[in-house]
Amino acid sequence: MPSITINDVTIEVPDGTNVIQAAEMSGQEIAHYCYHPGLSVAGNCRMCLVEIKALSSKQPNGLPKLQIGCNTIVQDGMVIESENEKVRDARRGVLEFLLINHPIDCPICDQAGECKLQEYYIDYGGHDSRFELKSKTEKHKAVAIGPGVMLDQERCILCTRCVRFLEEVTETHELTIHERGDHSELSLAHGKSVDNPYAANIVDICPVGALTSREFRFEARVWYLQSTPSVCTGCSTGCNIEVHSRAGSIYRVKPRSNFEVNDYWMCDYGRAIFSDNGRADRLLSSLSRESGGFVNARFEDAALRSARALQSEPGPIAVVASADLSLEEGFLLGEIAEQLGGGLKIITSPASSEFCDDGFLISEDRHPNRQGLLALGYVEARRLHKSVNRLLVARDNPAAGEESWDAYLESAGATIVISDNFDETTAYADHVIAVGSHFESDGTFMNGKGRVQRFAKAVDAPTGAVEGWRALGYVLGALGGTRYESAEEVFTALAARHLGLSGIGYDALGNDGVQSGVSAQWAGASVPLDAAALDR
Amino acid sequence: MNEKVLLHFQDTSADLTDIEQYLGEGGYEATRKALTEYEPDGLVNLVKESNLRGRGGAGFPTGLKWSFVPKDTGKPVYLLCNADESEPGTFKDREIIEHDPHQLLEGIIIAAYAIRCEIAYIYIRGEMALGYKVLVKAIADARNKGFLGKNVFGTQLSIDIHVHRGAGAYICGEETGLIESLEGKRAYPRIKPPFPAVYGVFGCPTIVNNVETLACVKHIIERGSDWFKSIGPEGGPGPKLYCVSGHVRKPGVYEAPMGTPLRDLIDRYAGGMLPGRTLKAVIPGGSSVPILRAEETAINMDFDSVAKAGSMLGSAGIIVMDNTTCMVRALRTITHFYHHESCGQCTPCREGTGWLEKLLIRIDSGVGTDEDLKVLDSVAQGMMGTTICVLADAAAMPVRSFLAKFADEFEAHVRGEDCRADAVHRRVA
Ligand SMILES: Cc1cc2nc3c(=O)[nH]c(=O)nc-3n(C[C@H](O)[C@H](O)[C@H](O)COP(=O)(O)O)c2cc1C
Ligand code: SF4
Ligand code: SF4
Ligand code: SF4
Ligand code: FES
Repeated sequence: MPSITINDVTIEVPDGTNVIQAAEMSGQEIAHYCYHPGLSVAGNCRMCLVEIKALSSKQPNGLPKLQIGCNTIVQDGMVIESENEKVRDARRGVLEFLLINHPIDCPICDQAGECKLQEYYIDYGGHDSRFELKSKTEKHKAVAIGPGVMLDQERCILCTRCVRFLEEVTETHELTIHERGDHSELSLAHGKSVDNPYAANIVDICPVGALTSREFRFEARVWYLQSTPSVCTGCSTGCNIEVHSRAGSIYRVKPRSNFEVNDYWMCDYGRAIFSDNGRADRLLSSLSRESGGFVNARFEDAALRSARALQSEPGPIAVVASADLSLEEGFLLGEIAEQLGGGLKIITSPASSEFCDDGFLISEDRHPNRQGLLALGYVEARRLHKSVNRLLVARDNPAAGEESWDAYLESAGATIVISDNFDETTAYADHVIAVGSHFESDGTFMNGKGRVQRFAKAVDAPTGAVEGWRALGYVLGALGGTRYESAEEVFTALAARHLGLSGIGYDALGNDGVQSGVSAQWAGASVPLDAAALDR
Repeated sequence: MNEKVLLHFQDTSADLTDIEQYLGEGGYEATRKALTEYEPDGLVNLVKESNLRGRGGAGFPTGLKWSFVPKDTGKPVYLLCNADESEPGTFKDREIIEHDPHQLLEGIIIAAYAIRCEIAYIYIRGEMALGYKVLVKAIADARNKGFLGKNVFGTQLSIDIHVHRGAGAYICGEETGLIESLEGKRAYPRIKPPFPAVYGVFGCPTIVNNVETLACVKHIIERGSDWFKSIGPEGGPGPKLYCVSGHVRKPGVYEAPMGTPLRDLIDRYAGGMLPGRTLKAVIPGGSSVPILRAEETAINMDFDSVAKAGSMLGSAGIIVMDNTTCMVRALRTITHFYHHESCGQCTPCREGTGWLEKLLIRIDSGVGTDEDLKVLDSVAQGMMGTTICVLADAAAMPVRSFLAKFADEFEAHVRGEDCRADAVHRRVA
């Protein structure tokens, strides 16, 4: 491991590390625009200039010209200065060049507050303009380059991050640079539109406000947004995300890097899921059936009545779930069933979908926690093979599925539905417990490869709805089972009992999650079982 | 004057574009000798000993460059002949290509053998339509004679040459821009490292040499490295083509030994200044290099002497300016070129070249200020040494040197005085 010194901080870094990365490892930042760790090195912005004071222990001489940090691979004994006067002067110069033709329309720019031009101007610029405003090069503003992305050519600093992403990651080549010199402009390649499943990532990596999300445009000032780490529920990949919210509303979702899962990226489908959070058919209160109709109920009451109803009915019990349940919810449902004498736990969600595994992130299974539920002892079945008397339906809508469930739903003596929205199945319920979405709760999923990942509560559930773990914990408590005080307590219990992960809480999952040992065991278990084989 | 080597076509009645007539003058003997009597490394050493320095602008020692090609990488090695010749004031390679193409093909075949290359490309400036035709024919003729293709000169060697036409961008002459362009991409110069000798065209080891450099190789094989070294200063010797343009009586390409006095080239070779005019300034090495005032022109034209005088031999494009020249207008014209030709990748070059031109337009139009002059110099300074290729330096150096050497003229312009050169112009016209 080469040992290097950056601004008097000496640190060992892995072979092949570049100066920007090495500085980061030593807790320092080297200003940069075009470099992105997930893309090839372009070396065009010239912002990351540093002075090499000594090349290596073998060549202790420095270099007369400043070098770009992004394309300088460290060598043992290298000495680098990134904040001396010469470097700061050069950087100020580059920044001035970047700004002479920039429109500086920060007041109407979505990027304001998270813009690298603004940040580095504070760090290195601070100059007055020496350029005549009226001779700025004019280009096109607000060009829709795809269904989700808007381009402002004047704001573009031509760093080519977006071009490289579309060349190297999606290999779809929609964007290119036309013209030369200061007439260069980012443009669509002939006949193309940026319309691929990962298009919105270019908005994230654009260091300035040249690429904006058409969905998020003018929706919020980013400095008001609060960021919460979470996991995407769009498919079994489980891309790590940040949920950006304000005053109880979610404004956007961005990928959070995790090299075991999604690197720096996520798909556009997953990015759009948050909009379901505000859908019109959300359940705003739990419901209990009284003389044929539903009346609103406090969740405690609905939970107690549910417990009673389940206790008072004899006969077989089945938990019918979608693979969207968190591990905590799945576990608590199982505990409830055990408390009632044990029963069948099935996942009705199909593992296949109209999506295909694309070899990158998107997987065919559009649910986030199938592996987790299998690890908890759930089995896959599209339907029941005979009627059961007690049904616990959780985040699932069998009444709308391909199989006919009407008979089971009608004949059950007690049907409890746990859901965040009205649907075909809630209509059959005796009691409906209104719960929040996964954006509104803490919890964990196990992705398709057996990685256990945590999501944190980003916003509150609508008044009248509670977190799923809380609602189910209440039912369990009412049945005489363990009373859990937090999602984490539930997790600790289930991790020890079902995942072979003893004594761990949420902190142990860290930002990147933990690979569970059960993955191999369940890797082949997604073959749908015929429920007839499960007659107990 | 001396015997002409590179411009031998001027001394003979033979049409050297005709392969039979070229053979009649001893053509392809050097190549036969190189391929049958030398080992590749022997050729590299011979060229090293000759002290041949590249004629494309930077004057890099050719033999040393060749020795950077890594051996046994399992990848093919490519030789690219840079015939993009676009530097303002430069028109020497065209002379070789149009009138004596086979000496160039010989140089290419010999160099290819020396670096163990089987496929060479000539990247020719798109506007040189005649040169392209001449080369295509010359290559076909050489192939018919068995000098190109499989088993050249009866050996086991395969060497072939393809000609690729550019599409009119100056930056395609920069070697890594050329490589990208040859690969079919935009000519965006590459960041280095990796250097082309290791990772060049199609990701393979690649050597880029100028037309005149490769033509010299042929003569070094034919006449020996001692002969080559005997012409001009030993550290960078050889026959040299000088392109003299501007306010002289006989603009043109002249062959003279390396190190010929600049004043000789202007006064004797190019026939002196136009009647009634006096020398004001000379750009000695193509538009990219610092300008010299008349009193600084008593220098020899070789790499080291011109460098000592504070400029560069560059492409030996000698641009002569007389007392009718407005230095502000001249610099504005030069700067317009770089603004138009910057590829636009690097921030300082993309934005700086445009800024320079905008400032010069203001100053030239009589609305500039003292502050503009300061900004002009500081912008140019900020462009130097900070970019991927040296086009930014090439744009900045003229600005800084014009400002330093003709400060009074620039100041007069911002003070709103009549352009002195215009006055001279009116008087002599
Ligand atoms: C902007 C720019 C333009 C250039 N144009 C040419 C050119 O037209 N012809 C040329 O031979 N070299 C040109 N060069 C120099 C080449 O990059 C390269 O150094 C040269 O071809 C090497 O050949 P040599 O070693 O034989 O001199 C240019 C360099 C720059 C930076
Ligand atoms: S749009 Fe953004 S990411 Fe793309 S080149 Fe311009 S500044 Fe860079
Ligand atoms: S690939 Fe799957 S997990 Fe990743 S963002 Fe898309 S839907 Fe979400
Ligand atoms: S210096 Fe100028 S011409 Fe050279 S790569 Fe950078 S922008 Fe292009
Ligand atoms: S980050 Fe290094 S040149 Fe742009």
